[in-house]
Amino acid sequence: MSIIVDNETKLVVSGLTGREGSFHGLRNRAYGTDLVAGVTPGKGGQNVEGVPVFDSIEESVRQAGANTSMIFVPARFAAPAIDEAIESGVDTVIAITEGIPVLDMLKTYWKAKEAGVRLIGPNCPGVLSPGKANVGIIPAQFFDPGKIGVVSKSGTLTYQIGNELKQAGEGNSSIVGIGGDPIIGSDFIDILKLYEADPDTDLIVMVGEIGGDAEERAAEFIAAEISKPVVAYIAGFTAPPGKQMGHAGAIISGSSGTAQAKKDALEAKGVRVGESPTETARIAVEVLRGS
Amino acid sequence: MPIVCTAGGPALEVGQIQRSDRLPPAPQGRTSTMDLLEYQGKQLFAKHGVAVPSGEVAATVDEAVAAAERIGYPCAIKAQVLIGGRGKAGGIKIAQDAEEARAYAGAILGMDIVGPHGEGPFRVDQVWIEGGSDIASEYYASVILDRGEKKLLAMVSAKGGMDIEAVAAEDPDALVKRHIDPTRPFDAAAARPIVDAAGLDEDVRDQAAEVLVKLAEVASAEDANLIEVNPLIVTNDRDVIALDAKVTIDGNALFRHQDLAEIADTADDPQEAMAKEKGLTYVKLDGNVGILANGAGLCMSTLDVVAQAGGAPANFLDAGGGSKAEAIVDALTVIISDEKVTAILFNIFGGITRCYEIAKGIVTASSQLNLEVPLVVRLDGTNSEEGLRILGEADLPNLHQETTMLDAARRVVELAGGMG
Repeated sequence: MSIIVDNETKLVVSGLTGREGSFHGLRNRAYGTDLVAGVTPGKGGQNVEGVPVFDSIEESVRQAGANTSMIFVPARFAAPAIDEAIESGVDTVIAITEGIPVLDMLKTYWKAKEAGVRLIGPNCPGVLSPGKANVGIIPAQFFDPGKIGVVSKSGTLTYQIGNELKQAGEGNSSIVGIGGDPIIGSDFIDILKLYEADPDTDLIVMVGEIGGDAEERAAEFIAAEISKPVVAYIAGFTAPPGKQMGHAGAIISGSSGTAQAKKDALEAKGVRVGESPTETARIAVEVLRGS
Repeated sequence: MPIVCTAGGPALEVGQIQRSDRLPPAPQGRTSTMDLLEYQGKQLFAKHGVAVPSGEVAATVDEAVAAAERIGYPCAIKAQVLIGGRGKAGGIKIAQDAEEARAYAGAILGMDIVGPHGEGPFRVDQVWIEGGSDIASEYYASVILDRGEKKLLAMVSAKGGMDIEAVAAEDPDALVKRHIDPTRPFDAAAARPIVDAAGLDEDVRDQAAEVLVKLAEVASAEDANLIEVNPLIVTNDRDVIALDAKVTIDGNALFRHQDLAEIADTADDPQEAMAKEKGLTYVKLDGNVGILANGAGLCMSTLDVVAQAGGAPANFLDAGGGSKAEAIVDALTVIISDEKVTAILFNIFGGITRCYEIAKGIVTASSQLNLEVPLVVRLDGTNSEEGLRILGEADLPNLHQETTMLDAARRVVELAGGMG
């Protein structure tokens, strides 16, 4: 098994007729993902290298059996595109677009929640289940099938860690980029739950970064609900302190949001935190083989 | 603080990823945000019907005195900088006459204000002059995005005019926090229980609830992630007035707020100004190792690893997703314009970024820029073979290739020599 995307995935790409959408959509297909449709309003009836293009996502669900939607639409049009996907009948929406206004995402988040649709992203690299399906922009050649589930706020950092795991001879059940925006469809906790239930995942690597308190919340959740070993990496120890104007942010989360605060919160719950991507991969391999 | 939005830029093709949110490593994470000065925030408040003292902004002592004469005395002369603790730093004074107005404006304009946590210094280029307010009570009100709960959070306290973090720590019940239901309109009826729970004076609760509704309206209408009013005062005439304004706007939304997009942020540092002009996310640091990576996470991690290898990063520069060759030339131009830089590390792991574009950029930049400092390049990911081939064929004298991030970090620290 794996999580979120697999051999059952039937992908529809919003923005398939655009440059990035076609580059990555066709790459996903070349990897083995069942790319059943593209969507661009007004371009229904066309095709992109044999992939039929529809005017709406709903049409692609009805006519091509799409169950997973990938959003590759420019930021200012992306929230309506995600909303359309949520209402179209697909189970999963993976939003790659970066730069979507936060308050647009706030509304969209609740629409997805209400509809019971799993939303990944935005501003994320997507989801890869090695050997099965790739939905997004993750370069699949750096990941082998295996027992380690990865969940990450950061794209490139995830490729880095996956590559280190591969070099050490280990692979992944899935790699999930949840995105680093303030409002994201699925948080660490949502993905940790899926890995906990996935029989093919023996260990979870969690990659966080400064900002917010998602890592601190995840630490609490891991202590209470996750039986599988978790290894973490946090980026941003050397990041300069930005100016903070109001004090309200710190009051809400009760956390400073620094890399050190996140590392401390995780370690307090028994999660080992690597100093570098390389050390994180090394610890993961060590724990996996020791268990 | 870099604002990295492409508001007003060329129209995008469908399917093209808008690279508007290339991410500065601020503690609030990877969001591009814009903080407004007090007077800019008050102008937004006024636009949405929140009562604020009337005033004028001034950049010179003469302008300030003229404004004070128009406004009348007593008037407040307030430093306009993006940092708290202005009062303690001497940046807020009450003038009783023209002579005092002149003296205070002269002292405050050009002053360097250091924040309560050592931030800055922030040079005062503008003062805001407003009519003095008689204060019967000082409250606190804010509306802020709670990213954990995915809702806006309204906070109200009867204990305003002081450090609200301290209030929250010492007397948590004095700060009432209620999430705003995203599925329902937030009206006076919804706001009133918050005001009641905060125990504000009975006779001004309707007014205060109305203010809270309007602050939430400012957040929604203007794409503000944070609105904080401290103090929200009650005057002797029992009017409720916002005496201060802290507003943070979502940089991703500037495309639909032309007026806000025009508020140029002050990037005092020459490299940061240049980077901003070129649309790059660059943050200057103190060291001598220039850094360029793709993706905010990898860039932050690169800084961390260079620091662990004993080096001192000179900057954060995220080349972003899908970087093109010309973006690399721009990035290198910005990095080497910092004279402290004695070696540069390129740490690229290509996902959306195609490595041959990076390689082409490095080759072009080397011929155009007369690069004298050593360049350590670690290139991996999408199209990396082609990228490596391009670099190999170019045979650049200053270029050192490494295959792992740690080796690359060690190498660049070694080549950079002593701390700059």
